[in-house]
Amino acid sequence: MSFRTGGINLKKLLPLMKKYWIFAVLSPLFMVLEVLGDVFIPYLMSRIVDVGIVSQDINFIVNTGMLMVGAALLAMFFGVSSSFFGANAGFGFASEIRQKVFEKVQSFSFANLDSFTVSSLITRLTTDCNTIGQVTMMSLRMAIRAPFMMIFALFMAFKVNASLARVFLISLPLLAVVIIYILTKAKPLFLKQQANIDRVNGVIQENLTNIRVVKSFNRQPFEEVKFKERNDNLMNTALKAISYVILMMPAFNLIVYGTIIAVLWFGGKQIMVGSISGGVIISFVTYITQVLMSLLMISMYFLNLLRGLASASRVVEVLETDSEIKEQENPVREIKDGSVVFENVNFVYPGSTEPTLTDINFTIRSGETVGVVGSTGSSKTTLVQLIPRLYDVTSGSVKVGGVDVREYDLKLLRDKVAFVLQKNTLFSGTIRSNMQWGSENASDEEIIEALKHAQAWEFVSRYEDGLDHIVEQNGDNFSGGQKQRLTIARALLKAPKIIILDDSTSAVDMTTDAKLQKAFKTELSGVTTIIIAQRISSIQHADRIIVMHEGRIESMGTHEELIEKSPIYREIYESQQKGVIAQ
Amino acid sequence: MNPKKGPMALKPKDPKKTLLRLFSYFKYYKGLFFLGISAIVLASFAEIAATGMLSPIIDVFVDGGPLSQAAVYILILVGIVVAIAAGQYIGNRSMAYLAQKIIHRLRSEMFAHMQKLPVSFFDTHSHGEMMSTFTNDVDMLNQSLEQAVSQVLISIVTVVGTYTMMIIISPLLTLVVTVSLIMMFFIIRFVGSRSANYFRNQQLSLADINGYIEEMMSGQKVVKVFNYEERAIEEFRGKNERLRIASSRASTFGTMLMPIMGNFTFIVYSVVAVLGSLMAVKGVLTVGNIAAFLQYTRTISRPITSVSNQLNMLFAALAGAERIFNFLDEEIEEDEGDVELYRTPEGELLWKVPQSDGSIQVVPVKGHIQFIDVNFGYTPGQRVLKKINLYAKPGQKIALVGSTGAGKTTITNLINRFYEIEEGTVLYDGIDIKRIKKTDLRSTMSIVLQDVHLFEGTVADNIRYGRLDATDEEVEEAAKLANAHYFITNLPQGYNTMLTADGQNLSQGERQLLSIARAAIADPIILILDEATSSVDTRTEKLISEGMDKLMEGRTTFVIAHRLSTVRDANAIMVLEHGEIIERGDHEELMAKNGRYYALNAGIIELE
Repeated sequence: MSFRTGGINLKKLLPLMKKYWIFAVLSPLFMVLEVLGDVFIPYLMSRIVDVGIVSQDINFIVNTGMLMVGAALLAMFFGVSSSFFGANAGFGFASEIRQKVFEKVQSFSFANLDSFTVSSLITRLTTDCNTIGQVTMMSLRMAIRAPFMMIFALFMAFKVNASLARVFLISLPLLAVVIIYILTKAKPLFLKQQANIDRVNGVIQENLTNIRVVKSFNRQPFEEVKFKERNDNLMNTALKAISYVILMMPAFNLIVYGTIIAVLWFGGKQIMVGSISGGVIISFVTYITQVLMSLLMISMYFLNLLRGLASASRVVEVLETDSEIKEQENPVREIKDGSVVFENVNFVYPGSTEPTLTDINFTIRSGETVGVVGSTGSSKTTLVQLIPRLYDVTSGSVKVGGVDVREYDLKLLRDKVAFVLQKNTLFSGTIRSNMQWGSENASDEEIIEALKHAQAWEFVSRYEDGLDHIVEQNGDNFSGGQKQRLTIARALLKAPKIIILDDSTSAVDMTTDAKLQKAFKTELSGVTTIIIAQRISSIQHADRIIVMHEGRIESMGTHEELIEKSPIYREIYESQQKGVIAQ
Repeated sequence: MNPKKGPMALKPKDPKKTLLRLFSYFKYYKGLFFLGISAIVLASFAEIAATGMLSPIIDVFVDGGPLSQAAVYILILVGIVVAIAAGQYIGNRSMAYLAQKIIHRLRSEMFAHMQKLPVSFFDTHSHGEMMSTFTNDVDMLNQSLEQAVSQVLISIVTVVGTYTMMIIISPLLTLVVTVSLIMMFFIIRFVGSRSANYFRNQQLSLADINGYIEEMMSGQKVVKVFNYEERAIEEFRGKNERLRIASSRASTFGTMLMPIMGNFTFIVYSVVAVLGSLMAVKGVLTVGNIAAFLQYTRTISRPITSVSNQLNMLFAALAGAERIFNFLDEEIEEDEGDVELYRTPEGELLWKVPQSDGSIQVVPVKGHIQFIDVNFGYTPGQRVLKKINLYAKPGQKIALVGSTGAGKTTITNLINRFYEIEEGTVLYDGIDIKRIKKTDLRSTMSIVLQDVHLFEGTVADNIRYGRLDATDEEVEEAAKLANAHYFITNLPQGYNTMLTADGQNLSQGERQLLSIARAAIADPIILILDEATSSVDTRTEKLISEGMDKLMEGRTTFVIAHRLSTVRDANAIMVLEHGEIIERGDHEELMAKNGRYYALNAGIIELE
């Protein structure tokens, strides 16, 4: 993952601030006003001493005091407002980014989703967006406050007494050098520490999930040795990193106090000579702390900024990825029938060199039931994924209803070609809410009918709350076979012209499987059915069966024809027969 | 969509007890602790003294000299500043080292304890929560130990010392400052309680949207296939907006404390400035006094402002420490076994059984298992196994069949004592297995589970997990037996190929073959095998089946059967239903009965 410079990143993200630009402007503005107030007060203090006390002018003292209180109150108002604006700008920005990223992911094709892993997408939507929000907020406030504080305080110090203020010409650069030294030394050590933390957590995670293996092979001492090594490494790296960071505070204090001492000595001598007054020293002490502390704050800010930029680049990576599945200008808005034709289709997976599918040619008539079997799972799945354009062919053409799939309106195509994936995903909610994925406004009767066809009604009807029965995350409260039937029902609710089942009955017992096949053949006879299966018994009675081998069609025909002419089909069939008693 | 579990508790249930227990760890590092504390205290006092020195120094200059007097004072100040820097360096370094060492020790203790916990603990506690205790809670504690302890100390010393100095300079002004400090305290409380509410809302919104994101990202392909994109975007928009509002509010309150406190301090500063100046005009105070007092005013407000933040952090860390200690207090797996395994020089395995009269009876290890009237339940009151009676002669293959939840996996959990039986007896070569040391018991058994678990490391390392001292030849032999050798040699680095966590860079089938090899190399007397092999293609399934068959040869095997071919060659088949053995016999006998086994075999009812 390349780290791009800040400039390129921001260009993609800045427009998302548009909605909150007022907040983004007011926050630093008010912060600057607050800083002005905070810097003005020590100046007023020196006036009290130099004018008020010296000339024993009580009125002056009291008036100046009230001015100071007024300035503090104003600064407080500005500071609180800046907080409010900053928070809204920062989190508003993060919110816009999050929405944009989510919408982008919704537009992703399967190929896009494959290249970003699920966990990295989750991290980008959660941690990275949050980091951007925090850093933005920080930038609008801290990043404004510290430099302005430093500049204004320096300005005031020079205004109050230019010659004394020259001491900053030494202490500022000195502090900067110290900070840079410490940070450059510490940064690589922190990165190493982070890596070591990951290694320690890795062992812990492993032992949590693999506990049975560890116990049954009596590997506890072995694992403890593994752990000790990583734990020790972590501590050593951490201690090394700490030893640099620890230098910061003492060094800072030495420089601050050193500066104060210099001011006391040189300023003091000038007081004795009468060229300046005591009030100058008092205000200088405050300015010194303000200036040098600001420098420290700026460096702290930079550390956070780096984190923010890293998150920003990960987010921009998503925003700059486009789906390769493009729609036409005037898409066809009607699918005539459920016929499927593959013409000289070749497919190479994006980014790969090896072809996954070679020279595929076949025709499926509308309403036919076709089985697909073969030695490896992936190219069978790839084959059928081309039909609803989950991937596009590299060459050749896939036609549905006589029209190349690339010419259809994509939404329509996906509506009419139902696809039941190998991995059965249900979402937390109710059975009804899950079924409604197939059809938003499906009535309960329609849902029940789909469930019946999918042989799922027999167990759903047994629930007291029926369609309102809760589905837990991932559908974990259902068995494998039940999940598969529910996902089939969900697909049926689309009232599709073509339904593709990718190994969707592997967990279902043979009786139920047979009932399913019967339902498809009779009640859903108008729907073109394509079934990928491992068990021959699942597709034995299909109208035709396609046998795949290493990305090509080895053979096609009915069950009886294939037993005769396809050695691969015969082998699969016979190996599965061993476990079945003759009917 | 159901929101995920709420945020972890941020308040400890018994802070005192937890704090005391935490401090007990300090005793290992007494020297470091006292050094750190003393240095920090010294540095804090020195800072107060440094501010105090401002007074006489400024006054000497204002009064006109002598310069030598001022020089002396300044030299003293230099010394004090060096003490500050040295104290801070030594103090912070000591405390940081202390924190790291304590955390290192805690981590070791937690890991060691985890290894001793019974399997039941892992089955009943969410891994996510445990990882959180190991990572987040430990991290928070680390940060707290490093900073909070010293910061609290510094705050206390600063407040006490500064306050004392202020009273010395001017009791009247101190009174004014005290009143304002009390006001500050109430302001903090007020803002703090409001922000706590908003913060809680933010956490809830965050948990809600994160749960949604996780589900959607995992199921994104389904979203595409069902054209659910638009609906998903709308659902997300709502949650996103709720999060934005909650976060903005929480953050506003969180960040507004600083300008409020900072400027309130300036108001106090101003009042002190006026009063002090008036007192200076009256001659009660000197200019130097004012300078010092003003500086003290600024330094005393700092700890007041940060103390509530520090306390919150401390409480959150203590809550985490409590979870850590609760984990360390979990009951470990008991093992009162006194029977040990012994391998003769010739390689024969024997049980050494201590007798009541002190002698040792020697029993050869053969692999004879007997279940006598065994009752068992995972939770008291809910029996999963009822009056189970079965036996396996050495070398026999016993097949367990039945529907999900019938009790097959449970029986295997009992044989190697992952769980203990409630009633009844399990005999191993005639010895009550409760008498056999768990490590020794398990070293004679191998398990091949439905869920394959591999480790980060090379392929060879993973196979060697079955027997750590196996030679490379033996590793290859085991791989060949398991039909794994062929695919391993086709991997980029062959046997030295690194596997990622849980071996995810291999296919499901390959992982299963490796786990068979691992069990093979252990050459166990008793094999426990779960045959479930879903989601593999036919070719690989064939390889796995052959591997399993070879593994089962010549050993006492308990196999949870998913292949009818396995069951057909079994010496005995146990058909389980609701925790009871309803049919037993070999294949021919059971088929003749025309009962449940027959039904299973004809594929009419689900086999799994």
